[in-house]
Amino acid sequence: MADTAVGATTEPEHGGDPSRRDFIHIAAIAAAAGGAATLVWPFIDQMNPSADTLAMASTEFDLTKVPEGQQVTLKWRGKPLFVRNRTKGEISKAVADDSAPMKDPQKDADRVKPGKAQWLVLIGSCTHLGCVPTFGGGDYGGWFCPCHGSHYDTSGRIRKGPAPLNLVVPEYEFLSDTKVKIG
Amino acid sequence: MSGHSTYQPKTGFERWLDARLPIIRLGYDSFVDYPTPRNLNYWWTFGGILSLCLASQLITGIILVMHYTPSADHAFASVEHIMRDVNYGWLIRYMHANGASMFFIAVYIHMMRGLYYGSYKAPREVLWLLGCVIYLLMMATAFMGYVLPWGQMSFHGAVVITNLFGALPIVGESITTWLWGGFAVDNATLNRFFSLHYLLPFMIAGVVILHIWALHVVGQNNPTGVEPKSKADTVPFTPYATVKDGFAMSVFLILFAFFVFYMPNALGHADNYIEANPLVTPSHIVPEWYFLPFYAILRAVPDKLMGVLAMFGAIACLFALPWLDTSKVRSMRYRPTAKVYFMIFVVACCILGLCGAKLPDDKVIPHLTTFKLIDADLNSFVWLSRFASLYYFAFFLVILPILGLKEKPLPVPESIASPALTEKKG
Amino acid sequence: MLRKLSIIAAVAGLAFAGQALAAGHPLPPKDVQWSFEGPFGKFDQAQLQRGYKVYREVCSSCHSMKLLSFRNLGDKGGPFYNEKYKNSNDNPWVKAIAKDYEVADIDSETGDAIKRPATSADRFPSPFANEVAARGANGGALPPDMSLLAKARSGGPDYIYSLLTGYVDPPAGLKVGPGQHYNPYMPGDLTAYWSGSHEHVPPGGFIAMAQPLKDGQVTFDDGTKSTLDQQAKDVSAFLMWAAEPKLEERKQTGFAVIIYLLLLSGLLYASYKTVWRNESH
Repeated sequence: MADTAVGATTEPEHGGDPSRRDFIHIAAIAAAAGGAATLVWPFIDQMNPSADTLAMASTEFDLTKVPEGQQVTLKWRGKPLFVRNRTKGEISKAVADDSAPMKDPQKDADRVKPGKAQWLVLIGSCTHLGCVPTFGGGDYGGWFCPCHGSHYDTSGRIRKGPAPLNLVVPEYEFLSDTKVKIG
Repeated sequence: MSGHSTYQPKTGFERWLDARLPIIRLGYDSFVDYPTPRNLNYWWTFGGILSLCLASQLITGIILVMHYTPSADHAFASVEHIMRDVNYGWLIRYMHANGASMFFIAVYIHMMRGLYYGSYKAPREVLWLLGCVIYLLMMATAFMGYVLPWGQMSFHGAVVITNLFGALPIVGESITTWLWGGFAVDNATLNRFFSLHYLLPFMIAGVVILHIWALHVVGQNNPTGVEPKSKADTVPFTPYATVKDGFAMSVFLILFAFFVFYMPNALGHADNYIEANPLVTPSHIVPEWYFLPFYAILRAVPDKLMGVLAMFGAIACLFALPWLDTSKVRSMRYRPTAKVYFMIFVVACCILGLCGAKLPDDKVIPHLTTFKLIDADLNSFVWLSRFASLYYFAFFLVILPILGLKEKPLPVPESIASPALTEKKG
Repeated sequence: MLRKLSIIAAVAGLAFAGQALAAGHPLPPKDVQWSFEGPFGKFDQAQLQRGYKVYREVCSSCHSMKLLSFRNLGDKGGPFYNEKYKNSNDNPWVKAIAKDYEVADIDSETGDAIKRPATSADRFPSPFANEVAARGANGGALPPDMSLLAKARSGGPDYIYSLLTGYVDPPAGLKVGPGQHYNPYMPGDLTAYWSGSHEHVPPGGFIAMAQPLKDGQVTFDDGTKSTLDQQAKDVSAFLMWAAEPKLEERKQTGFAVIIYLLLLSGLLYASYKTVWRNESH
């Protein structure tokens, strides 16, 4: 302790503004801390999706492979993607329920592309906790999630059960009448 | 040094914690109030630099594992995936690859400093031995890490080094088969090396803690080799040593950054960018630079078993050093004769490193043919490495034991403060 | 001090002596001035585009480049990077290049192996199905993958350029086997094929690849005269980019980091001097 005292007591004798000297220490510590903080960013960012993962993020799909009343499940961004070719009956049932009381109200027409009402594209991941719902179960003729019993209708809207939101419609576009690009 | 603590808990929380887990007291006594010899020079900053290296290797290594695939089929491609696709992957991988070299640069300077200033002498033998254990673990870790990218040098380096154990009589063959987990270096070998490469750095960190503990029990050596006698001989670790270490680390980082950003592959070998192929050996197989002196000693001996023993013996000398040096004077500053032998020792190590990188039969002085001695021309790297190896062993086994008894050291100062004060006055 | 200096001089002398070449070694690569050298080096995009064309029209018939995807061509610093298309997947040049290639795939309905036009996310397809096929079609020699070639050869792009422009007639007295070609830059040892004295073995070695480039072999779209020298330089630069696509980013980051570290060191030095100013040591 005596040594620190030696340094401390002699300070004023040697001239120089003490606050100026403190500034040097503060600047050095601040610069070191700033550099360390900047270095942290690469270490965090490396956990974000890598370039090859991002490159696979969009996929093209040929709709002729799906007959009416059937659904094809693809893997997209590591999750199941339902591409369903709906029957006339399914569509009219969905449209008829547009004004029914719902947790997450949405019109069927807003969930498909204009003029392509038979094509319903959904991310096959229950909005409750991420299980994969199965088609043809539940009380509404649509999807049913076996994990915690969420019922979705033929438009993929949540009607009963713990899930808070409708099945998500991903970003997609029609490249031609028979081809969609998802993502 | 392990005297009573001067830590005074200031806040209520500090008092509460101090009664239950005196961790702040431990940190304060070790890194704030710890008395440090006032005459430490820049060679003493490499301990701090080494802990920075270890931290950097651990962090970048743990990150690389998030993207690396330990499999003979995918390892090479996964390293390139890191280099090309992972965000900042190139930076992290180059930091890790060059960080290993920086680690060894720092550790060699640290060891040479200990050698020159007699930091291995009583009461610091255990401190020195723990350092030698860290060095051994570092070599094992670096060797196994170099195998992981599964390039040509990785693969054939692993083949050559594991085959060293085959030199042992009777058990040699079963040991190599056991190391490989098969009949050659293959997927099983890669996977166990990966596992151990992840484990060993944490063991290093553990031994480093023991190393620092031992250091704090006996106190730091200093350039005079005279133990601090009074408060006038020391300064508190913080801020005196911390700011000096910090400055030295920053300068060391410039060297590190220069390698990472401007010559990231200069210390590596081009062949390691070719995927491992067990059917073709690269024409000139060399280990990483930090193993070259030992590689040269291995090749200097014409017999396989004796070569392996010589190589391990070279490391064993380091462990025996505290009992080989008979001099009562610690620092070579006051041992003019020993100083000269030490300088030659450093040069011999560099020459061994050079020899390890060259083909044994290549000529040292081009276009000069002398005469054949036993198995090679005298003007060849194999003979140069034999002379250098001989000096290496002689330094430890002959020079240091005898010199301590015969030499006449210069007068050693009474205390640390006295020469420093007289120098200032003069 | 004198003794120290003489030791240093001796070590330096040894190191230098080690650099000198013994007979039988390849010639050292020619020193080319590359745009990507030095602390501020950048790839010359026009050169990369020409180099890609040389690769596409000449090299790719035998050499794979399997670590690269088409999208990489549109990455920052790459031959077809365009500021308008930050996401290289959407880059129209990249898409057009990819479409020209066919890649193997599995029909998602029938499960049959099919060929489809490549997309920008696909890797460059290899010209041969496997190593055996590649060796079979090339007289037993394996054309090396080009993804990392510029880093996998000592001398890098200098070496590739020297090799491509270095084909010469074999010196009289050298026995060249069928399917072999003499190149003084190729590593190897020709002692066994040399009929002259052991002191004068020609430098270099044999290479299975015949001289691949010659004047006018490739027509450059930007009107650059298509000489052997130009093609060799351009394709070497392209291969350097392929091996180290992050080179520009690395050098730019490095400059900032080193400036920062110099400033930090200056501050810490000032701080150090301030702390120690009254302490003798």
